[in-house]
Amino acid sequence: MFKATIKSLLSRKLRLVLSALAVVLGVMFVSGSFVLTDTLQRSFTDLFSSAFANVDVSVSPKAEKGKEPEPLTPQAIDDVKAVPGVASAVGDVQGSARPIGKNNKVMTTGGAPRFGFNWTGTGQEKIRDGGRAPAADDEVVVGAYLASSGGFEVGDDIALLTLEPKKTFKITGVFEYAGGRESLGGELAVAFTQPVAQKLLLGQENVFSGITVTAANGTSDDALRDAVAAKLGANYDVKTGATLAKEQADQINEGLKFFNYVLLGFAGIALFVGIFIILNTFSIIVAQRTRELALLRSMGASRGQVIGSVVMEAFVIGLIASIVGLGAGVGVGALLAKIFSSLGGSSLQLAGIGVPMSAVISSFAVGIVVTMIAAVTPALRASRIAPVAAMREAATPDRPLTKITITGALVAAAGGTALGFGFQQASLPLIFGGILVAFVGVALLTPVLSKPMVSLIGRLLSWSMPGLLGRRNSARNPRRTAITAAALMVGISLITGVSVVLTSATKSIEKLASGQLQTDLIISGEGQMEGRPATFGPDVLTKIEKTDGVESAVGWSSDGVLQGEDQMFGIAVTNMPALKTMFALKPESGDLVQLKDDQIGLPEDLATDKGWNVGTQVSLQLAKASAPKTFTVAFVWAKSQVLQGAIVLPPSASKEFRSDGIGQAFVQVKPGTNVADVQKRVEPLLADNPEITVQDRSGFVKQTTSQFDTVLLMIQILLALAILIAVLGVINTLALSVIERTRELGLLRAIGMRRAQVMRMITVESVVISVFGAVLGLAVGLALGVATVQALKDQGISELGFPWMTMVQYLVVAAFVGVIAAILPAIRAARLNVLDAIAYE
Amino acid sequence: MSASEGVAARAVDVWKSYGSGDAAVTALAGVSVDLEKSRFTAIMGPSGSGKSTLMHCLAGLDDVTSGEVWVGDTKVTGLKDRGLTELRRDKVGFIFQQFNLLPTLTAEENITLPLAIGGKKVDKAWFDVVVDTVGLRDRLTHRPTQLSGGQQQRVACARALVSRPDVVFADEPTGNLDSQSGAEVLAFLQRSAREFGQTIVMVTHDANAASYADRVIFLKDGQIVRELLSPSADEVLDTMKHLDSVVAVPHV
Repeated sequence: MFKATIKSLLSRKLRLVLSALAVVLGVMFVSGSFVLTDTLQRSFTDLFSSAFANVDVSVSPKAEKGKEPEPLTPQAIDDVKAVPGVASAVGDVQGSARPIGKNNKVMTTGGAPRFGFNWTGTGQEKIRDGGRAPAADDEVVVGAYLASSGGFEVGDDIALLTLEPKKTFKITGVFEYAGGRESLGGELAVAFTQPVAQKLLLGQENVFSGITVTAANGTSDDALRDAVAAKLGANYDVKTGATLAKEQADQINEGLKFFNYVLLGFAGIALFVGIFIILNTFSIIVAQRTRELALLRSMGASRGQVIGSVVMEAFVIGLIASIVGLGAGVGVGALLAKIFSSLGGSSLQLAGIGVPMSAVISSFAVGIVVTMIAAVTPALRASRIAPVAAMREAATPDRPLTKITITGALVAAAGGTALGFGFQQASLPLIFGGILVAFVGVALLTPVLSKPMVSLIGRLLSWSMPGLLGRRNSARNPRRTAITAAALMVGISLITGVSVVLTSATKSIEKLASGQLQTDLIISGEGQMEGRPATFGPDVLTKIEKTDGVESAVGWSSDGVLQGEDQMFGIAVTNMPALKTMFALKPESGDLVQLKDDQIGLPEDLATDKGWNVGTQVSLQLAKASAPKTFTVAFVWAKSQVLQGAIVLPPSASKEFRSDGIGQAFVQVKPGTNVADVQKRVEPLLADNPEITVQDRSGFVKQTTSQFDTVLLMIQILLALAILIAVLGVINTLALSVIERTRELGLLRAIGMRRAQVMRMITVESVVISVFGAVLGLAVGLALGVATVQALKDQGISELGFPWMTMVQYLVVAAFVGVIAAILPAIRAARLNVLDAIAYE
Repeated sequence: MSASEGVAARAVDVWKSYGSGDAAVTALAGVSVDLEKSRFTAIMGPSGSGKSTLMHCLAGLDDVTSGEVWVGDTKVTGLKDRGLTELRRDKVGFIFQQFNLLPTLTAEENITLPLAIGGKKVDKAWFDVVVDTVGLRDRLTHRPTQLSGGQQQRVACARALVSRPDVVFADEPTGNLDSQSGAEVLAFLQRSAREFGQTIVMVTHDANAASYADRVIFLKDGQIVRELLSPSADEVLDTMKHLDSVVAVPHV
């Protein structure tokens, strides 16, 4: 029996390849994800161990919750120096510093830090020949990577953004790392003289952010750490360099782990689609082998042996596909790691590509299990065929669809229910599980849908005889058409669902901007700078207020505020009455007036949540305040879409924030004044803050929603594999149908059908299947999207928007995909030798 | 050279061999034959005599190794796929032993298929005549799976005739039928030739079937060895029995 299986496999190489391809792609995605993350993780581990190579023990101030850590004083360095076993103790000054490139834009990295430090000459950085250490207040040395990527040389001027606005320095040297490395991991680094570093990076004179300690010969790092910790007391974090490297690597690797889960999620979707394809392929192959299997049965093979034969075939295909998929995955993973490491100039030094055990195990498990699951149903069906019936064969009988339809309805309902509960309890596993189960349900329902749908879609395409034949062919085997289309449905419905949610979000933001934002100009920082938004000086806001044409301006600085153990988001608003007008805020209790120094204001839901009212006294810890301070609630404003969860503090509170810079500001122009004119007058005031942009309302909406396009594009790319596999499914189904209908094709050619007409016939069949899948996908996707938007109503997505244009595009793409998928099977069909085809058994 | 008046299809010194070298098999060894218009001709011969090959070559389904084939005034030899396809569509009708019909089409759609493929209008009057002659009036909306084997074969006959081809080629049209259905099909073919003037060429190894023909050509080892005009079944059977002793005669 085993021999018969293998023989039968080998005699159908084409089918073998086609059915294995879906598994290969899925397995490739899985193993590629593992290889990619494994390589990146090891690269980051290497990176941090080289970053801390010169550090035996590191001292940093311990931060109390909600408070800015007290910087280290020179006294602490002296204390450390006095510890026995210390060879050297050097004070470090480090903080954010963003260089401005020669194009006047702030230089960016692909996630690597941009920082400045004090040049001590004791680190692992070495100044290249022709340069020297910074000696004056306006001198800096820059990292070789900064120099090469920004086109800077010794003697050039470079502008830097630090805690202070733009300042220009002269470059006196370029530094590199051991072996001439330009950077450790694509970071942009610059070094100042110590006093300048302290002022610009820490904002205080004569303080340090840490101490780098090296051990004398004969003292172990651990012993040194314990000795230093004992000397300094509990207010300091003392760690060995190795621990620090591990901590930082772990932090990044934690993020990579999440990234890996995301990739594996998409791999899962691809494999899920793969199951449909393999199921279909095996069903068709078994149907075509009915006679062969019946012959085996009539010769005395048991049902078990027939099932075994088909399952064995699946196992062999799964095994081969896993091996090929694993190999391809290693290649893809390595390629992606390479792309990732050079992305955005991050020039991460890649550790060697390795194949982790997890990749091998998951590849084989997934590849073989998925294939065998998909083959079980066809195998069972094959075993039920009565030998004599099968020998007589002819057309596969149309089995009634009642059972499959009822099952489908039940499964879809179960999936929908799980999805509903998932949304209610915000449980991701339930949501995703529900979606997958719902997909299976809908897939089971598709055969019933396929009859009316296919004839409807087909009618549009069947103006000629070949078209009519193509349409009839696609309606011929509802199950086969349905499963092929359902595979395409999965990818398209997920993309459509995401599009609906993003379109709704965009629409909500637009409505918010036009309805509730009564502001003409929005001034805000571009994204987050090392955890804090870019800011500009309060004095600039004063100048903006006085600008010609400005009716009023309001801004805020923001920081975390601690109430007991609760971290809250506090904003110190410069002009509350202006904010009230611009954000259309309505009082719930109290008056929305300028706060006194010991007053705060709250949104309604936060007040309800906390049980606070006007007059309630609250104790709040601000980051730079030595102790918590008592504030009185002065007003509560009615529920609003803006400023959710924020607590308003008086302007004076910003002095005790980590930065008193304004992060966001809003301007209302005088009635009858041209907004663009005012914008032109405001922009020069922010010339020293290139990270701050001034936008009118529509520009702001566009910027806010532009990130959605990026999200959509990424999801489309990741789902492209699922769709590619579905396309393979269409090709597969068509190719197998062409084989199955060889005699029919021969007859058609014999009675005068031209090759081009044969190809058109196959193409119509393909397009009908693809468009059917797309229509199903759009419908299911719309349902998913609407359900998600309903569930997110309280999270700010108040409007429901449909991406009609995008949906039409998907439909067109699906039709196009149908044409592409038809090419090979159509050529094969057109090339059939007429005589051979007629005589084909 | 063209086919002369009164000839629907003609083979001139046609040779056909498969394979090459030692493995070469000669299926036709210099066959020359004229198939007259409006006649029902049967080609007979034992298995491997080359009768099917001759029909395939005449119908443009297969190419010849040497020699020439004509259908009407079209020279088939040398035509490319497109020309052959159009020849088959416009000038030739086919009836195969089995699997003549497309399962997705109704009987009527199957009958008019060659016209639909060619984008031609159905001659309604002629269609009605053909359908009534084969007796399928009440079966037109049925799918092939709903028809008996004999009915299916009659649909195939109607399809072959409806486009008024120069020649209808029938390859063992009764091979899969019971004798009653077979007789119906043969009677229809005979009538088509006699009443409608349709040229019909039928390949068969069934002496009874051949007896319906106006002319019977006997093939052996790729050559024409005998021919009979309007023979009885017994005559045909008798000739077949003695084919072994017959030596090839030149074409008459």
